[in-house]
Amino acid sequence: MSWFAPTDLGELRDAIGEALAVDEPLEVVAGGSKRGLGRPLQLPRTLDLSHLAGIRDYQPSELVLTAAAGTRIEEIDAVLAGAGQMLAFEPPDWGALFGQPSSVTSRRTLAGTLASNLSGPRRIKAGAARDHFLGFRGVSGRGEAFKAGGKVVKNVTGYDLCKLLAGSYGTLAALEEVTVKVQPKPEAVSTVLLCGLDAATAVRHLTRALGSPHEISGAVYIPASLTAGSASLSGLTSCAALRLEGPSPSVTFRREQLLFELGSDCEASSLEDEASIAFWRGIRDIQPLVEFGDRAIWRVSVAPARGAELGEAIGGSLDADWYLDWGGGLVWAAIADADDGGAAVIRAAIRGVDGRGTGHATLIKGPPELRRSIPVFEPQPPALAALAQRTKEAFDPRRILNPGRMVEGS
Amino acid sequence: MRMPMPDAAIIEHRADIVEALQRIVPGEGVIVSEAERRVYESDGLTAYRQLPLVVVLPSTVEQVAAVLRHCKGSGIKVVPRGAGTSLSGGALPLADGVLLGMAKFNRIVEIDYDNRCAVVQPGVTNLAITKAVEQAGFYYAPDPSSQIACTIGGNVAENSGGVHCLKYGLTTNNILGIEMVLMDGEVIRLGGKHLDAENYDLLGVMTGSEGLLGVVTEVTVRILPKPTAARALLVGFQTTEDAANCVAAVIAAGIIPAGMEMMDRPAIHAAEAFVKVGYPLDVDALIIVELDGPSAEVDYLIGKVEAIARDHNATTVRPSRDEPERLAFWSGRKAAFPAVGRISPDYYCMDGTIPRACLAEVLRRMQQLSDQYRLEIANVFHAGDGNLHPLILYDANRPEEVERAEAFGADILRLCVEVGGVLTGEHGVGVEKRDLMGTMFDESDLAHQQRLKCAFDPDGLLNPGKVFPQLHRCAELGRLHVHAGRMPFPDLPRF
Repeated sequence: MSWFAPTDLGELRDAIGEALAVDEPLEVVAGGSKRGLGRPLQLPRTLDLSHLAGIRDYQPSELVLTAAAGTRIEEIDAVLAGAGQMLAFEPPDWGALFGQPSSVTSRRTLAGTLASNLSGPRRIKAGAARDHFLGFRGVSGRGEAFKAGGKVVKNVTGYDLCKLLAGSYGTLAALEEVTVKVQPKPEAVSTVLLCGLDAATAVRHLTRALGSPHEISGAVYIPASLTAGSASLSGLTSCAALRLEGPSPSVTFRREQLLFELGSDCEASSLEDEASIAFWRGIRDIQPLVEFGDRAIWRVSVAPARGAELGEAIGGSLDADWYLDWGGGLVWAAIADADDGGAAVIRAAIRGVDGRGTGHATLIKGPPELRRSIPVFEPQPPALAALAQRTKEAFDPRRILNPGRMVEGS
Repeated sequence: MRMPMPDAAIIEHRADIVEALQRIVPGEGVIVSEAERRVYESDGLTAYRQLPLVVVLPSTVEQVAAVLRHCKGSGIKVVPRGAGTSLSGGALPLADGVLLGMAKFNRIVEIDYDNRCAVVQPGVTNLAITKAVEQAGFYYAPDPSSQIACTIGGNVAENSGGVHCLKYGLTTNNILGIEMVLMDGEVIRLGGKHLDAENYDLLGVMTGSEGLLGVVTEVTVRILPKPTAARALLVGFQTTEDAANCVAAVIAAGIIPAGMEMMDRPAIHAAEAFVKVGYPLDVDALIIVELDGPSAEVDYLIGKVEAIARDHNATTVRPSRDEPERLAFWSGRKAAFPAVGRISPDYYCMDGTIPRACLAEVLRRMQQLSDQYRLEIANVFHAGDGNLHPLILYDANRPEEVERAEAFGADILRLCVEVGGVLTGEHGVGVEKRDLMGTMFDESDLAHQQRLKCAFDPDGLLNPGKVFPQLHRCAELGRLHVHAGRMPFPDLPRF
């Protein structure tokens, strides 16, 4: 096992060039906090991007930040907070879910976050990591340096390769430098809690709120079995929660409106300021499922109005605990005692009774043997899978970067 | 404009091609006569014209697939077209190419309010989507100024923006899924009513790919609840520096307006002469800031922006008092292009983006270029996101002026790249900026993009001659040069 830790673009190119020359694939890591995601790898070489670190350009009024790929999220968060800004897509910290010590989770990097396209509850309003990824420089599996995108917020010059690299789990190129869009931190935040609702009613409430002009920036439903796990919700029964952010007078107005419009058939209350921030950090970090560390953890993206149907289909057939984010559009489920981790039931539930449902399920956490034996990412129809494979080959024809991390044999 | 050399053999077999297309799309779906083909000879970039070999207007996905499959089998190039409003020549036909018009795909398939999305065919206009959902309090956010005519299929191809994209994003941030046909006739669905991709984000790649990767046959767009209130603020400054500083200060204060537009003196005067809405004429720069949201928020933020404007030496500060006044403020900005069209026989609209901090410098240097090229210029500018639309005034009846205008435009775009910006913020590369790609991207950058093209269209038959300055064969692009077996990098840190 050799470990390569380039400190600049030239060394990164050399590391990949050398791996190509000797035909030894590389596992690409930055901070290493997400090594447990995807199909397990056992590769002869490790390419460590964590020495490519440091913020290179940041002008708050331009709303962009350029940093070396391996720059830690912690450092970026701190610098942005100093100018009253943030990464609006809420890069999650899944350290607790993965049972990692803080020394590992604190190593989360910008490159790792973008390469796995991970976003928090604000995804529904602010977009995903991919929507904030403006430009990069890196080295493809061909051992050639290249760049794409730009360092401005609005750009359509050439193909949008940032979108392609977002969520590609290091299988196409290793990033050396990235530029992301940043946003102002909201002046105020408040959370409306609607408790005592069953899942179907709760999703209807979330749908109404998200169809209202109240600019909801977080919409979750947590069933009674999981509220105990949240400090903010302990003592409460099942709860739907709606986040409001913005200027104080606006947040106050919208909170009162929501309580008036949706609070009549349930126990309605609100969380303010720090309590609200802590609650959504818990949602971002999958706090409700942390206690199920030994189970298979799934992340299922579906049409939001189908959230309750999905949760109940999964809970009805499997030994499962689940909750809903993204207004019902994201089902988080912890599955116990199923040979395939629940894959068949979950993936059939996505298609639905009429077979027309759209969506995908990703096994976020599970023992290596499970992640080897079932597709971790949603299998694609043959024509699409073939196109994805040709895309992989365009960037990495020798399968030198993270081969097999997303798809077996790819 | 140099286009790929027409293939004489294809042109010679035109009659066979027409016949084959007529078998696939019967009736009036194949346009053969020169007079009728003339309609398609250019898009919104009218400086370039080319009569297509033949025009085909399919009305089903199966027909699109059959047309593409046939063209691939016979090595015939295909140029897809929506409404033909591209400002970069993205739909410029080829003499030896089939023009594939998607106008007959004009149906709204489904509106799903609970999932806040609409499924539409690609020939539906941008504005028609908003019209279809507005009675329920929703709208489709991206609003390119051609929205009355441009189609959603074209918006996907160009990743279109508009005045509201600082807050609400471009097309790529507002679509959930597409159905598309590859050049080999394979029909593929990307995304759906859910968020994010299960594997590579090919939906993100398709958006803004300028018709080079596939033909979109259905789009699922996100629709948003319409904000309850919107107000605009009209602010005039004696210097563009003050205006630029004010824009930066608004954003630094944590405010992301729904729109923030700037006009320079020539643009203000042209617009005011045209629409007479009371723009101040004694200023060098005018900005329009629009805030939207609940009234409580809008009124609060209007107050904050007003204070920032006064701090930055604004000489005119007028908040809109009612909806007609807000629309009046916008009418001048929205009419800026036709207004400039009244004072000049022709104008050429550019589209670079720059870091906003460079605005004053870029405007100063554009003025120098204006003197150098002896052509007037007027500037409208999406100030919030740094997207410039300089309008170069010229007379198309004077060929020498056309050349000067093009050279002036190219210099402006080079300047945008030089200060850290990009060639195009929302209009696309097309044929217009194709030969400038080398100012922003090196050979390796472009080769990586073109290899992606090879994964979708290995024979390079879909919209060739656009975006990339040089065409390469996929086999040549795919060659990998590896120093076999050697360890060429002994100094690399390893531990």
